[in-house]
Amino acid sequence: MPTTTVEASNLGKRFKDTAALDGFSITAEAGTVLGLLGPNGAGKTTTVRILSTLLRFDTGSASVAGFDVSRDARQVRRRIGLTGQQTAVDEVLTARQNLILFGKLFRLNKSRAGERADQLLTQFGLTEAANRQAKGFSGGMKRRLDLAASMILAPQVLFLDEPTTGLDPAGRREVWDAVEGLAADGTTVVLTTHYLDEADRLCDRIAVIDHGRNLVDDTPAGLKRRMGADRLEIIAADPADLPALREIIASVADGDTVLDEGASSVSAPVKDPVPALTAAATAVQDKRLTVADIGLRRPTLDEAFLELIAKEDQ
Amino acid sequence: MTTLAPLPDETLAGRLKWTLHDYRAIVGQEFTHLVRQPVNFAWQLGFPIVMVLLFVYVFGSAMDVTGEGAGVDYVAYAMPGMFAMTMAFGFTNTAWAVAEAKQKGFIDRVRSMPMASSAVVVGRNIADTIHAAVDLFVLFVIALVIGWRSEGTFWETLGAFALLLWLRFALIWVGVWLGLLVKSVDQAGNLFAIAFPFGMVSSVFTPPELMPGWLGAIAAWNPVSATATAIRELFGNPAAVGSSWPEQHALTAAILWPVIITAIFLPLGVRKFQNLGR
Repeated sequence: MPTTTVEASNLGKRFKDTAALDGFSITAEAGTVLGLLGPNGAGKTTTVRILSTLLRFDTGSASVAGFDVSRDARQVRRRIGLTGQQTAVDEVLTARQNLILFGKLFRLNKSRAGERADQLLTQFGLTEAANRQAKGFSGGMKRRLDLAASMILAPQVLFLDEPTTGLDPAGRREVWDAVEGLAADGTTVVLTTHYLDEADRLCDRIAVIDHGRNLVDDTPAGLKRRMGADRLEIIAADPADLPALREIIASVADGDTVLDEGASSVSAPVKDPVPALTAAATAVQDKRLTVADIGLRRPTLDEAFLELIAKEDQ
Repeated sequence: MTTLAPLPDETLAGRLKWTLHDYRAIVGQEFTHLVRQPVNFAWQLGFPIVMVLLFVYVFGSAMDVTGEGAGVDYVAYAMPGMFAMTMAFGFTNTAWAVAEAKQKGFIDRVRSMPMASSAVVVGRNIADTIHAAVDLFVLFVIALVIGWRSEGTFWETLGAFALLLWLRFALIWVGVWLGLLVKSVDQAGNLFAIAFPFGMVSSVFTPPELMPGWLGAIAAWNPVSATATAIRELFGNPAAVGSSWPEQHALTAAILWPVIITAIFLPLGVRKFQNLGR
């Protein structure tokens, strides 16, 4: 039977006049990756800060690794790792000195801290850079060092706040590989992200949060289904053709057709993208209309959020 | 996987032992910085050294602080002031370091760890005080080279340096509080605008008596002046003492001011630190 290592229910947190969290709940089983997905200001970072004992909350309850976050903060701290939005490594120190420093602060003795540093340097592929100052590291290397520092006590739960923001594609892949390795070894990972592809690749479950409330909790596959189909879009060469193009799209659409006069475009979701595109293209030709562009688009995360939020409001 | 040892700090003694261990780790980190970045260290000292050279050699020849003519005994007057000013400016280094640790998420990381979170602040204080002692030593050697001498006994001289560190120690709490207060490292850099008048509107370079009345009063009551005047007396250097209470009781004032500063800013800093969790 899977054990629940992260459980937060009905969390509420106010900063002065704004409610950062307004009854947010999540759970994560041991060894799984839970993604918190949402727009800026949705409450992702607040949730991570509460669960990692950095921030008190007003209402609700939260337990991590079996301990109450507010009552047993010290017990929780011995069982978690945190990597915040900034890489909190000491750039003046070498990679190895950093890990030894954090090892000591996790209260390992000197020789144990050294051993653990070497293990982690190997695990995160930093052996060659071990004795170089972190200052000269690439973004991906710094992030990996940061991750290694939060892994010193082999935490049961690891919190990652936007672990790949600002990294180049190679750096992102390095971090993803590291996170996947950790989860495979039994660590529960809770991460926040803006990127749908990142959530898709890493997460077992995704909690979509907006205005501090749960919007959707689902698997990546389920979420994508909810986020709707591909969209067929036509951009008119002459705005006067827009009504005619709208009719064409409506005839193949599986949902509401949206007309954007500013962009001279009409679009609608389609379930079977290729036949829909072919049919629409044929209709355009038959009516001898000229268009600037016709094509299929995957929904962007923004659209997905708008759609989810719109559904929520109904 | 590393197995979890039982909490080593369940007893009070164990907790104390580990807290000291945490302080040592943070102080050790600061010293690695010092060793790894001698250039930074040199830059921080560069300012007082340039000031010494400017005031002693450029302006000094025109300064008549003893009433015996321009330039007479100016080195003997200005050098203790320079020591005091260096201590006074030091809080900006503290504030900058704290602001950086906060902005970079270092303080958050440490707060999420099972260590004594006070180590960030207390370790900082210990490291900065030792750092200041090194600063003073370097300035002391430079002072000897340009001809300054302490006329006091060994113990008086040592006492003077203790008073200087006492001021610096108190101002570290101001630095910690300001470092937590400012929003970014950039803002911490601007604190120099506060440090400058705080260090200069004092008896550091000129006797408050020679300033316009209101400014002289501020300068006379400035904690930096109290320390500067007190150490001048201990060093046996000319002090050009005015009639105000702190100038007449410089030694008492130099001991009391840091007590008052600590009493105000230590609790403010601690509260600011605790409020990080709000």
